[in-house]
Amino acid sequence: MNLDSLMLMRDEWFLTAVIMLLLIAEVLLSAKNKKYIIQLALILFGAYTISAFLPNDTGALFGSSYKTYPLVHYFKAILAFGVFIILLQSVNWLKEKLLPYDFTAEFFILIFSSLLGLNFMMSAGDFLMFYIGLELSTMPIIALTAFEFWNHRSVEAGVKYILLASISSAILLFGVSLVYATAGSINFDVIKNALQLPLLEIIGLIMIFIGIGFKISLVPFHFWAADVYEGAPTVISNYLSVISKGGAVYVLMTLLFVTFTAFQKEWNWIMYGTAILTMVVGNLFALRQQNMKRFLAFSSIAQAGFILLAMLSNNELGVKAIIYFLLIYIFSNVAAFGVVHVISLKTGKENIDDYNGLYRTNPKLSLVLMIALFSLAGIPPVAGFFAKFFLYAAAASKGYYVLIFIAVLNVTVSLYYYLLPVRAAFLRVSDHPIPFFKSDNYSRLAFIITMIGLLVLGLYSGVFEFISGISNIF
Amino acid sequence: MDILSLFVVVPVVIVLAMVLFTKNLKQARMVALAGMLMQLIMSVNLIVKYLNAREAGDQSIMLFQKNIPWFAEFNAHYHIGVDGVSVLMILLTTLIVIAGIFVSWKIQPLSKEFFISLIVLATGVYGFFISLDLFTMFVFYEIAVIPMYLLIGIWGSGPREYAAMKLTLMLMGASALLLVALLGIYFTSSVGGQAPTFDILELAQREMPYDWQKIFYPLAFIGFGTIGALFPFHTWSPDGHASAPTAVSMLHAGVLMKLGGYGIFRFAMFLMPEGALFWQDFFLILAVTGVTYGALSAIQQTDLKYINAYSSVSHLGLVLFALLMINKTAWNGAMLQSLSHGFITALFFALIGMIYGRTHVRDITKMQGMMRIVPLLSVAYVVAALANLGLPGFSGFVAEMNIFVGGFLNQDLYKQALTVFAVTSIVVTAVYMLRLTGRMIFGPTTKVYTGLPKAFWYEKTAIAILVLFITLIGTLPFWWLQFIEDSVNNFIQPLIK
Repeated sequence: MNLDSLMLMRDEWFLTAVIMLLLIAEVLLSAKNKKYIIQLALILFGAYTISAFLPNDTGALFGSSYKTYPLVHYFKAILAFGVFIILLQSVNWLKEKLLPYDFTAEFFILIFSSLLGLNFMMSAGDFLMFYIGLELSTMPIIALTAFEFWNHRSVEAGVKYILLASISSAILLFGVSLVYATAGSINFDVIKNALQLPLLEIIGLIMIFIGIGFKISLVPFHFWAADVYEGAPTVISNYLSVISKGGAVYVLMTLLFVTFTAFQKEWNWIMYGTAILTMVVGNLFALRQQNMKRFLAFSSIAQAGFILLAMLSNNELGVKAIIYFLLIYIFSNVAAFGVVHVISLKTGKENIDDYNGLYRTNPKLSLVLMIALFSLAGIPPVAGFFAKFFLYAAAASKGYYVLIFIAVLNVTVSLYYYLLPVRAAFLRVSDHPIPFFKSDNYSRLAFIITMIGLLVLGLYSGVFEFISGISNIF
Repeated sequence: MDILSLFVVVPVVIVLAMVLFTKNLKQARMVALAGMLMQLIMSVNLIVKYLNAREAGDQSIMLFQKNIPWFAEFNAHYHIGVDGVSVLMILLTTLIVIAGIFVSWKIQPLSKEFFISLIVLATGVYGFFISLDLFTMFVFYEIAVIPMYLLIGIWGSGPREYAAMKLTLMLMGASALLLVALLGIYFTSSVGGQAPTFDILELAQREMPYDWQKIFYPLAFIGFGTIGALFPFHTWSPDGHASAPTAVSMLHAGVLMKLGGYGIFRFAMFLMPEGALFWQDFFLILAVTGVTYGALSAIQQTDLKYINAYSSVSHLGLVLFALLMINKTAWNGAMLQSLSHGFITALFFALIGMIYGRTHVRDITKMQGMMRIVPLLSVAYVVAALANLGLPGFSGFVAEMNIFVGGFLNQDLYKQALTVFAVTSIVVTAVYMLRLTGRMIFGPTTKVYTGLPKAFWYEKTAIAILVLFITLIGTLPFWWLQFIEDSVNNFIQPLIK
């Protein structure tokens, strides 16, 4: 092993360095200079994000327990970019709520550790690395969920999350051990060639699927989502719904498409059923939500169901559709959560009814909300439409027209609830609307980035073509 | 920039200009009007260019084509082009939007946002009429539908939230069916190892397997039919029209509902001819039901907007009916009816809006003798009513004549019997239109309404534009038919061979 081969792990090294530097800064900075940690973290992480977009080689390390190739490398960069926008949105919250307790450095260290875990998980070449990455990504998030320790809902959410996360981890580990028992290895490449299709392996695969399904919040493993999203600080809900979900979807995709591709017949019907269940349940529950965070939680469950449409394809088209969808989904959901976040921080209001008449007082914020929700609903020319269209196309390429039919009916249902906040903000007037306020420069920058992304990424096909070019993972 | 893309680019520029530079009602409407006048110049220019090209012997099925790869991965192209029908539809759109701007001259509140939404809607419609690629078409179609939600929801009246939501969900649900059909057409088009395509001219060359046509044709037909008020999927339309502000009702009934008939003509039947023949008899029953049901419902209504909305269901039912008859005469009638109904119904809704703006009542039992109070509006209303019931000299007559003659040209008894049913709608239309004008326009004047302001100049302009074109189509039908025949001849080919 030499320096060149170590540079294959560049993303992880850099992120670790960022974490270490923050740790040192936390120790060295005096109490009154602690507020500069926020700027320092943003600069360091911004540098990491930029470096993540620079090309990297393909290769494997540590007896192929760590693998990197263009798709995973750029997907890590996409996630880092998503985290960066979330950080921009969280600055104001950190200054107001956490700086007095001197908890800002911990926040950054935890969230970066979680991202590091996701990176390891996606790059994993065997189940050991995969499991370590999974736990490393989950544990810090549990702490962050309970981070507003003065707020009992936040603590409650943390407890709920840790209980369900441990159970799902246990199930996943059991599944892994079953696969190991039959295939005789934990290395993905070895497993791929050693699969014999005994019942034990199928049960093992189902258990692994349950473990990952928990992170993606697929129905029926979604029960934690709404409560945790509602209780957790909004930035953490945001992170859970896009970043950690995105990483888990990526892993599920590579496991199904590459490692367990021989099982396709068996996992197809599981995906088929789960997709319908997730879309329908997510949508139906979202219809009646009053709290915006719960609303977005169920919407993000429903979106996960749509991702499964493309999982069924098991071809390159499916990979492209999923990656592109996740990219757009990060932009749309981060923007929607961002609006909820700034309003909740400013006024403490989180209900849809509180948004009545928002357009008359805060037109720009309302527009951001509308475009983000239209993107989630899949309405052109916003990028979400193209992302959903490609998911359908991936499913249609294997002839699942009935499933697409069910999915598009679900989209129509989802349109109803995505229009509810729009209705509140634009159509209604209120005697006590949310007063006009200026959002801070950091969140404004975040909104501008997401809006540009949503309006440009769809109409301009270059990004999709780029993803297409690196999507051959088979 | 080619002349067709400009039809989409100019509205986008108008919208951006309005977003960035305008502050109030006056500026917004001036920008919108200036932009739409530019569109008008371009529309007339397009007609001239089209005529010149045909004169010069250009026989290609679509003129002024432009084909740019968009998502090369999916073989989805930005492919545009026009033939006779789309040229006329573009002109119709431009005129109705201009009339709509004049009608909304004093719109309040949020006037800037109103014009922005209106122009966004128009952008989608223009794009729809020029697309030759199913993907492009679908994108524009949805762009045209969604601003409706805001337009009805914010500036509407009555149960506006309900109506806006119902309309949006039904139209988006329909477009969802359409989406399945599009993907079906796309993936079944890769016969013999060719890459699948969304391009309609290329798809027409590859014959879609019969079994798939039978499955996907009804999805496409219902998808387009819903926006064309196909019975029983028309229920969004009366509520939507009744609640919408005037200009939006005009644009919606006048242009947006035409997307249905146009889509069936251009995409559904052209690409799936055998499916169309297979389902012909079934959908004919729905279309005829819509025609008679719409007319009969209109008799029952007392709200001016509901009367006109049901009348639209009936008259647009005729468009679908004529398309399903599948012969050249009927199809000529269908396209002419689309055009004619666009102007007539826009005139109706404009007048209803103006009358309502003065009396604040839309109930016909509460209005009498409007002729003495607002003479110009009343005369225009009588013109619209007569044109609507098919008086010769106005556009309705030539269109319906073609449709019914086309219907009788079919040899089998089934279709002739259905045509008889459909013809009865003319009588019913006459009943409700004449009763309405008799009660509302003529007769003794109610004291409450004396002294209402006469028509303002911007209202007169809107009326003049619409009346002019109703009579132009009625008196010079052959000039308009040359455009329509040109595309009908091409697009009916797969169905009658």
